[in-house]
Amino acid sequence: MTIRDAYDAAVVGAGPAGLAAATLCARAGLATVLFDEQPAAGGQIYRAAGTTPLRAGTILGDDYWRGRRLVADFAASGAQHVPGAAVWSLSREREIGVSLGGAARLVRAARVILATGAIERPFPIPGWTLPGVMTAGAAQILLKSAALVPAGRTVLAGSGPLLWLLARQYLEAGAEIAAILDTTPRANRRRALAHAPAFLASPYFAKGLALLRAVRRRVRVIGGVAALAAEGSGRLEAVRYAAARGEQRLPADLLLLHQGVVPNVNLAMAAGIAHRWDESQLCFVPERDAAGATALDGIAIAGDGGGIGGAEAAAEEGRLAAIAAIRALRPGADLGAEEIAARRSLARWRRGRRFLDALFRPAFVPPADETIVCRCEAVTAGEIAAAVDQGCTGPNQLKAFTRCGMGPCQGRLCGLTVTQLIAARRGVSPAEAGHYRLRPPVKPLTLGELAGLPAGNAAMKAVARD
Amino acid sequence: MFRRRPEAAPTLAIRVDGVAVPARAGESVAAAMLAAGLLRFRDAPAGGAPRGPYCMMGACFDCLVTIDGVGNRQACLETVREGMAVETQSGPRALAR
Repeated sequence: MTIRDAYDAAVVGAGPAGLAAATLCARAGLATVLFDEQPAAGGQIYRAAGTTPLRAGTILGDDYWRGRRLVADFAASGAQHVPGAAVWSLSREREIGVSLGGAARLVRAARVILATGAIERPFPIPGWTLPGVMTAGAAQILLKSAALVPAGRTVLAGSGPLLWLLARQYLEAGAEIAAILDTTPRANRRRALAHAPAFLASPYFAKGLALLRAVRRRVRVIGGVAALAAEGSGRLEAVRYAAARGEQRLPADLLLLHQGVVPNVNLAMAAGIAHRWDESQLCFVPERDAAGATALDGIAIAGDGGGIGGAEAAAEEGRLAAIAAIRALRPGADLGAEEIAARRSLARWRRGRRFLDALFRPAFVPPADETIVCRCEAVTAGEIAAAVDQGCTGPNQLKAFTRCGMGPCQGRLCGLTVTQLIAARRGVSPAEAGHYRLRPPVKPLTLGELAGLPAGNAAMKAVARD
Repeated sequence: MFRRRPEAAPTLAIRVDGVAVPARAGESVAAAMLAAGLLRFRDAPAGGAPRGPYCMMGACFDCLVTIDGVGNRQACLETVREGMAVETQSGPRALAR
């Protein structure tokens, strides 16, 4: 594959936002490239939509199969697809550092659209590092991309739409679920009520209700669950939890955890884009305008990477960011009708989201002291609390105290927990506690790859922020 | 822990720590290992405890293995190839790999 030194438009991420954005840019005649880490287009929600071994119309549901259209439109658009690409930096000058097949290179673009999507919210419980404990999203990826279903005693635990969707897909696929342990705080129902009218009028209501009913009919669901813990020697053997009937122990071979998704912000933060704490979604979101534009010239963010809105909203945000990019590079391009259509559709898909945010907002309970918070460096909640008591004020200082957040995942699996832990311990807001200062490279890069870059100022700038 | 649905019948084989593991063209190394009942992918450099895939999307770095002699590859992001040699890891990546 020949990758050019420069493009009109570069898109990062091949989920709904990135696919829709790249498709529009390419159709408008912009030289467009889409970098994506996965082997096939679709992102996580439409993971393997064009390559899954599962037959269309079964198991995964109509929403998933709609992703095929996005993938097909993208494939026919003329945009260049670069799969298996790890984007590790983005400079203010819109120079992208990317590794492909063990070689790094720098690519410039007149417009950059970040569509890095979401990751699952960290779910630190005692024993969550044991083999046999995974996220619900991970299990769904195995179903979509490889047609794997659980064998043995499977427990789903946590909160949020994905947990229920996975349960139904597993039932359709002939897999058994021993129990769903629902951790949704009961008080959320009352808080969500204020947003109920919009939700009732939204596309999510009928779908959600049907989903809950279908799963509850066939699976044992235990509500009001707290104090989750995974137990086992070398691998998962049982799940412990507290519920109305007291402390329980459930033998298990597979525990799938989930408590919602949050923006995948590492690349945007490392590029120097300002982020703010979102109290309703309990995460950091980038500052951007209605078309996704950030304060950095020519760099926009579309989709869940800018705040969780779901797949359909993400695609419309991708289109709006693309329209802005096309107008900037092709003055006089008439995209008025497309813009109006995208805005209308976006408004429709945003309706009802605040209800979902409120209903599934996880309660922050500081993990028990022995719980590993930073999986990479095996730093526990107790060690973090001790560091705060010794005067550590925020996540950055915590690195020096404990190495927390300094492993290869670069805070993706601990960042939000650390922010909330420090905020709670210090009695300040998560916004004041802040987040790790992220720097490029945001994915591990070998010295050999770095040394293989063309030498020069640009290469230096790509790895050293001024 | 996982089983293959009929659609996912293996089409090739990789080797994991010298043992043949069936795989289906197009799937990830992590999927092939999990389908074969292999849960431990490495012992963590920090703490030494066994680890396996957690996120399956390239974020958590707990599925690191050595592939064809190159250490610290993310098994969830690598697509299987006939004859691929996978080694589980113990501790940090060796400097020479």
